[in-house]
Amino acid sequence: MKDKKQLVVSAIKDGTVIDHIPANDLFKVISILGLDHIDNYITFGTNLESKKLGKKAIIKISYVFFRNEDINKIALVAPDAKLNVIKDYKVVEKKVVEVPDEIIGIARCVNPMCITNKENVTTKFQVVNKKTVSLECHYCEKITDKANLVIIKG
Amino acid sequence: MKSKSLVSISDYTKEEYLKILNLAAEFEANPVQEILKGFVVATLFFEPSTRTRLSFESAVNRLGGRILGFSDAGTTSSTKGETLRDTILTVSNYADLIVMRHPVEGGARFASEISPVPIVNAGDGANQHPSQTLLDLYSIRKTQGRLDNLNIFMIGDLKYGRTVHSLLQALSHFNTTFYFISPDELKMPDEYKMFLDNLGLKYYEYKEFTDIVDKADIIYMTRVQKERFSDPIEYEKTKNAYVLRANMLENTKPKMKVLHPLPRVNEIHLDVDDHESAYYFEQAQNGVYTRQAIISSILGVK
Repeated sequence: MKDKKQLVVSAIKDGTVIDHIPANDLFKVISILGLDHIDNYITFGTNLESKKLGKKAIIKISYVFFRNEDINKIALVAPDAKLNVIKDYKVVEKKVVEVPDEIIGIARCVNPMCITNKENVTTKFQVVNKKTVSLECHYCEKITDKANLVIIKG
Repeated sequence: MKSKSLVSISDYTKEEYLKILNLAAEFEANPVQEILKGFVVATLFFEPSTRTRLSFESAVNRLGGRILGFSDAGTTSSTKGETLRDTILTVSNYADLIVMRHPVEGGARFASEISPVPIVNAGDGANQHPSQTLLDLYSIRKTQGRLDNLNIFMIGDLKYGRTVHSLLQALSHFNTTFYFISPDELKMPDEYKMFLDNLGLKYYEYKEFTDIVDKADIIYMTRVQKERFSDPIEYEKTKNAYVLRANMLENTKPKMKVLHPLPRVNEIHLDVDDHESAYYFEQAQNGVYTRQAIISSILGVK
């Protein structure tokens, strides 16, 4: 099985591998990182076996290297994701994502009466619980939790 | 505190609450002063709230300031589709401070971020109404002589009641013990109970209060609204359990007072009005002093 997995998502020469993404959230991660808007060579696999997540997804992006503050944005949906930075087919650095204290613009507020859902106002949240990914809206002060999390399309 | 907006009760520290309450006491002793001469305050009420608007306007008038504004968005450009952003950016040219009431939650916070003049939130949907909370604190301190270590009874709709949520947040600085009395459908939400748990504050939940009312220092009544119930039969069965009558107040503490943010419908029986513990109309008067304190403090004249 392991060999087969590596065949499905082929190795890259230079770039970033994002592993341990919950399979259901693969397309959210792609959207958050804006991968649907770039021309680089990207391969991904999903519904792969994972002891920890049940089903996981993996993304390999050629010639893209992320800044920590950008990669931390995916912590909302993939808090266990691990990044390998690849140079010349070798892993030169490993990174884990960290849930940031503040989330700006990525998520939608769950409250339909919130100003961010009524006018053109960028959403902003304080992360009040990093483990459960619980977000308090800076504007309406309501809590958006992971079950209600909707990612704003880029 | 000059040029600082008041949007949420959590914008102020405990020291700032006390500063406002002390200033309000000064205004109660001397309510007519010309300290706002030359200032213009805008009252923008995108939804009607006559009581709150009149209270703010009375506060400004008694201090010699001038008022402009509207009491209903139906008469403004909002009906033509103007955004809140544009209204605020325009009106901020005409006034030194904006008091606003808006049905959209977070509208006042957003306004405070784009407005060059300070914003006082007079209610943003179901979210915050901080001047109400400060006048509640003022009324509690005035009648009890202190804010610390009191038993506060909150009765009625604790789920949707914005005033009880903000009051709970504010009183959490004063080692309050809370008694939450409500039907199951309208219980205090878990997030507020967790907030108290994290601070190590005590609270008790009951469906009735006749057996425990002797413990109360303050009874804070709210309206149980019919439209909050999914089952109309359930409403008919429970509504009378949350109506306060004078004969329920026989064994209460001598200084105990009944507060209500008003307007009341039937949750406080008229026979309570003549009881010595009825305080809701004085509470409304305290609103004027508290709003004088808030506005003069933000404008830097006190």
